[in-house]
Amino acid sequence: MSGSRASRNDAPLIRVRGLANRFGEHSVHEDLDIDLFPGEILGVVGGSGTGKSVLLRSIVGLLRPSAGQIEVFGEELLSLSARDRSRVERRFGVLFQRGALFTSLTLQENVALPLIEHIGLSRADAEALARVKLALAGLPGDAAIKYPAELSGGMIKRAALARALALDPEVLFLDEPTAGLDPIGAAAFDRLILTLRDALGLSVFLVTHDLDTLYTACDRVAVLSQGRVLVADRLDVVAATDDEWIHDYFHGPRGRAAHEAAHPVEEP
Amino acid sequence: MTEPGHIDQQDGRLAITGDWTLMHYATLKHQVERLAQTREPSPEGIDLARLAALDTAGAVLLMELVGAGPLAAIDDWAPDLPATRRALLRTLGEAMTDNRPPPAQPTRPLRDTLARTGQLVEGLWQQQRQLLGFIGQVLATLAATAWRPGRWRLTSMVAQLHQTGLNALPIVALLTFLVGAVVAFLGATVLRDFGATIYTVNLVAFAFLREFGVLLAAILLAGRTASAFTAQLGAMKANEELDAVRTLGLDPIELLVLPRVLAMMLTLPILTFVGMLSGILGGALVCLLALDISLVQFLAILQRDIPLEHFLVGLSKAPLFAFLVAVIGCLEGFKVSGSAQSVGEHTTSSVVQSIFVVILLDAVAALFFMEMGW
Repeated sequence: MSGSRASRNDAPLIRVRGLANRFGEHSVHEDLDIDLFPGEILGVVGGSGTGKSVLLRSIVGLLRPSAGQIEVFGEELLSLSARDRSRVERRFGVLFQRGALFTSLTLQENVALPLIEHIGLSRADAEALARVKLALAGLPGDAAIKYPAELSGGMIKRAALARALALDPEVLFLDEPTAGLDPIGAAAFDRLILTLRDALGLSVFLVTHDLDTLYTACDRVAVLSQGRVLVADRLDVVAATDDEWIHDYFHGPRGRAAHEAAHPVEEP
Repeated sequence: MTEPGHIDQQDGRLAITGDWTLMHYATLKHQVERLAQTREPSPEGIDLARLAALDTAGAVLLMELVGAGPLAAIDDWAPDLPATRRALLRTLGEAMTDNRPPPAQPTRPLRDTLARTGQLVEGLWQQQRQLLGFIGQVLATLAATAWRPGRWRLTSMVAQLHQTGLNALPIVALLTFLVGAVVAFLGATVLRDFGATIYTVNLVAFAFLREFGVLLAAILLAGRTASAFTAQLGAMKANEELDAVRTLGLDPIELLVLPRVLAMMLTLPILTFVGMLSGILGGALVCLLALDISLVQFLAILQRDIPLEHFLVGLSKAPLFAFLVAVIGCLEGFKVSGSAQSVGEHTTSSVVQSIFVVILLDAVAALFFMEMGW
């Protein structure tokens, strides 16, 4: 994969500094820093309850953090007016964990909705474009007029990805994209993300539990622990970090299997 | 740099220039369509050297000029294009090569209208069958659990009593009070011409004891509680909680429906009683203020002219209405399928059906009691 496109010399697209999220007494993040560089796929991992999804929600603006700075495309997201925020957020595409497709609309209507609302395309044009996005996400042509209830979990994920890509976003946020998919479907989804990243020049912020996704798709991996980013670097560096959780995660039975699957020749 | 996209035609060659992006989609689409009338899609003569910006929307338009197959083979005919551009065009071409648009559905207005009417009638028929079947199921479950106190869901029932009964008390009392006042005003206005305003007392008491007390309470519960039952059970259905109940070896009817139905059957008679009282109170207040009939006089007329059987006739309808309203609310909840729209449809349907059933049965009951002379 052409993963080395992420150069550390580029200015980061997203720069989070000193982020804190507290819910009453309970603190999820304290003084958290994280960067997303142009063109990279950043995998965010961490145990359950370490606030991966909360981090994603604060960056895309669904949750107002208790403290900290979130700089997106060089602008401070929290200090923008509602209109400017909407303009910035249009450059994001978000894939929610369970797809969050609108159940009362067909797939092509789901994808066409932002095109009609934001760009002002005619319905016919928007739906034609929507069918292309669905095809790009790997769905067959006749799926376009189906409703989400008629689809399998994998197809829902693909359709939700197509909707996230509707406005040609620069940054794609994926919340556990392969959760609930069978291993073959998950591997295909990983490849799809790589293909789309290369074709569309996306930067991807990927929250996951899936070790295979980390090995096949991610350029860098950030590990969340105790409310902050423990380490964010290339996978081999992260895996070698001296931390109990990281060790158990990458060197447990599943971690070893994923590593061997990704590097079949290295281990004789 | 942000020059809108354009197609320059020179000596049969098509030079693609400017930004081919979503922002310029409408104008570009117009140009592409005009060209498509005279030209088969092919990569021949297309020059991409002056292309500035490109996104998927622009790539789709290029695909209409070039064709999906040739686009997938872009490396052969436009090797000078930057690698990222070629990757986008190639990926798009590959994705669309074997992609057939969904077949257009032919529309036949007359046939479709007939079909819709047929579906509607069939749906109504099925709805009644399902309702009857469900009533049977509920009664059977009730009979099975009635003799086993260990399986009574008392906690759940008390919680439902609280929600459907106690919490509904103020609104029922207020509304029946207001309607009672309105009926008294109507009576006073009409009866004044006959010099019989004193019979306003009888009118209010008759109306509320026999009909309005139970009818208003039942309609309020249909709007307030049947919809809540449908939404609760519907959300549980959508979240697969009902399936979980079944796989745990429990009976959703026993666990969820019976407490609701029984709570309603206890609640509605009480609310009916409250409704009767506050309706008559509303009437009494109007009599006092507008007709100078004192409370003592009002009560004396009540005692003299209104036998107990009117009260019993009114109250006897309450458990039946309660049963049907609760059962319809629960059944519609069970019929919800995953989507948000379905929750809305079934909630609407449950309120409409239960109000319809209440009014229909009340009319039938009025006829019956009249014929019986009760």
